Amino acid sequence: MTRLKPLIETLGLSKHFAVRQGLLGRATGAVRAVDEVNLRIHRGEVVGLVGESGSGKSTLGRVMMMAEPPSSGSVIYDGYDIAASTPRQLHPFRRKMQMVFQDPYSSLNPRMTVEDSLTMPLRFHQPEMSARARRDKAAEVLESVGLSRSTITRYPHEFSGGQRQRIGIARALMVDPEFIMADEPVSALDVSVQAQVLNLFSEIRTRLGLTLLFVTHDLAVVGHIADRVAVMYLGQIMEIAPTRALFAAPAHPYTETLLSAAPDPVLGRNRKRIVMKGEPPSPMNPPSGCVFRTRCPYAVTACAQARPLLVERAPGHATACIRDDITLTPAVRDTPKLQAHA
Amino acid sequence: MSDLSQTVLSVRNLQVSFRGGDGLVRVVHGVDFDLKAGETLALVGESGSGKSVTSFALMRLLPDPPRSQISGHVSIGGVDLLALSDRDMEKMRGPRIAMIFQEPLTSLNPVHRIGDQIAEAIRFHRKMTRREIEARVLELLKLVGIPEPAKRMRAYPHELSGGMRQRVVIAIALALEPDVLIADEPTTALDVTVQAQILDLLRELQTRTGMAMLFITHDFGVVAEVADRVMVMYSGRIVEEGALDDVLARPRMPYTRGLLASVPRLETAGLDTGPLGTIEGFVPSPNALPPGCSFAPRCAFAQEGLCTSAMPELAAHGQPHHPVRCVRAADPALCADLQELQP
Ligand SMILES: Nc1ncnc2c1ncn2[C@@H]1O[C@H](COP(=O)(O)OP(=O)(O)OP(=O)(O)O)[C@@H](O)[C@H]1O
Ligand SMILES: Nc1ncnc2c1ncn2[C@@H]1O[C@H](COP(=O)(O)OP(=O)(O)OP(=O)(O)O)[C@@H](O)[C@H]1O
Ligand code: SF4
Ligand SMILES: [Mg+2]
Ligand SMILES: [Mg+2]
Repeated sequence: MTRLKPLIETLGLSKHFAVRQGLLGRATGAVRAVDEVNLRIHRGEVVGLVGESGSGKSTLGRVMMMAEPPSSGSVIYDGYDIAASTPRQLHPFRRKMQMVFQDPYSSLNPRMTVEDSLTMPLRFHQPEMSARARRDKAAEVLESVGLSRSTITRYPHEFSGGQRQRIGIARALMVDPEFIMADEPVSALDVSVQAQVLNLFSEIRTRLGLTLLFVTHDLAVVGHIADRVAVMYLGQIMEIAPTRALFAAPAHPYTETLLSAAPDPVLGRNRKRIVMKGEPPSPMNPPSGCVFRTRCPYAVTACAQARPLLVERAPGHATACIRDDITLTPAVRDTPKLQAHA
Repeated sequence: MSDLSQTVLSVRNLQVSFRGGDGLVRVVHGVDFDLKAGETLALVGESGSGKSVTSFALMRLLPDPPRSQISGHVSIGGVDLLALSDRDMEKMRGPRIAMIFQEPLTSLNPVHRIGDQIAEAIRFHRKMTRREIEARVLELLKLVGIPEPAKRMRAYPHELSGGMRQRVVIAIALALEPDVLIADEPTTALDVTVQAQILDLLRELQTRTGMAMLFITHDFGVVAEVADRVMVMYSGRIVEEGALDDVLARPRMPYTRGLLASVPRLETAGLDTGPLGTIEGFVPSPNALPPGCSFAPRCAFAQEGLCTSAMPELAAHGQPHHPVRCVRAADPALCADLQELQP
């Protein structure tokens, strides 16, 4: 395997939120929403980030985009530590990195026309551009995401959910970004519309050579769109692997549990599901050692002692679990019939 | 335990309309089905297809006339729910038919302890002492898998996780051992691992009590996990109905095929399968349905005239147990294409 230069990389990245209580708002604890995460995304790659509600996916994505400052650690974008940059130094990076959200309706201003929403980031990043040129670009980008040029004068409420998501994607594309963080961009959509938007992501990714961090809780979606998948639990990455390997040879017990619970019209019927025991631990007071151990069917005493490191078990396939003596149930058998993503 | 071949719920020509700005608009157009004891029937369809309106109509929970208009028959044990007075209907809700909703927080009262809310559901219908009711509440909390039930019955809804709250909602729905349980997207708001727990729980409770379930969802993956039979809904009509494997593996209606083709599959995760299947266009608005088959404007097989002149019937077209609302269902062209869809 060739060692590619990452486009974006996090080193020991953490984000803690103080939890305040009472009238005086005294900090009574902290949630480690993102806890010492090392994640590397190569140019042109789509990395899927999965995990259940509250696992820290959105927070990791937002901190990588510098939408919020990290508590510690660094974010290296194309060789620059953007976490250590001043707002001024950060400015050019803001153009290169764009976000797409779950609910395009709440992220689009209802009183702004599509044209205004789309040209806004240009006014900020390319003030030298003429109004005419901005408008032409908006029309062109709209067309490239499958909307007609004439929609430019309309307002968000005049569009369906899928069309609004296309507008959200168009807005991100206006400034010619290199990297897009998409946070649950298809989760609110009906399945047939979800398919259209996923196809659009695949298409722009290839056409524009984009690098994508695709955040979702849906394993089937990530299986379709991502080249590699990272699995998060309580602020930490439990496993990261090339997509097929994650489904065909999961190496972390949490991944195995997630896979076995993922609904699927074909596999759904007669498979043995691992039903997770107990209740999720409080994020303010996570278990010692491996944070998954209170729910893990394979936990042994040693699991409570130290946080397992994310260790590479196969090329590009790393897991944070000390049990390398167990065989986990895959979601699928590896079929060489079809070609895996490069 | 009830006789498993016995029909417990029978719905005939159910129609629902709402009065709005542009007059009366019909959103459910003549739904028919039977539900047997111990059976799970899934009702699938995209947003706005009329799944929730159907379930609310069965429970008689729609706005009062003139804001809404229901017609048809909904029979449980020979009683037509649509013909009952409000008071008599109140007596059916709970022991005969009960419902769980998508968002557990909205169906629980935030200011009351969960134990009291379950007790309330029992007290309305049963003459029992406080002691007996409390014992029953504990039993129900245990039944739905809530740990430390004696302690948890004193908790308020916000003190529980989403999965635990949904268990409480299920406990309330099951308090009076209904013959029919309607579950309207009961796991859509939950994480997959919690969803798996709740689906397991529902299945186990069903085996134990023999209740019949109408399970509403938009997720074919969930359908595969729970259903014995499946009905697909489009624009307020059932467009295909059949046994689980028939509908998922051999869909007949072009709409069902389109939907199934648009679902990303775990089987092909990480493999280059090309773009997902999509369905062109949009679900029509209920007040602007196209002539003939409602799906015709989006259908790759539609034939002008044949498909657009009259609404097709839900008919066998050679497969009595797998009816479909498509005039071309037995057409060799359509059947040949279907073969190709099979792996
Ligand atoms: N602004 C904030 N203040 C305090 N706590 C926060 C804040 N944002 C997130 N958290 C907490 O951080 C943790 C991670 O949250 P995050 O939203 O990143 O999870 P997620 O994986 O995106 O979940 P979901 O799937 O629900 O979107 C949670 O415990 C959450 O409550
Ligand atoms: N109270 C109401 N008044 C007027 N129209 C309504 C009312 N409730 C629902 N409708 C309309 O009835 C149609 C069917 O809605 P319904 O809620 O049953 O869809 P659904 O299949 O449950 O969708 P979802 O998957 O989004 O829950 C929609 O067009 C909706 O706008
Ligand atoms: S009736 Fe015609 S338009 Fe409707 S689904 Fe069948 S083939 Fe398509
Ligand atoms: Mg999130
Ligand atoms: Mg609904």
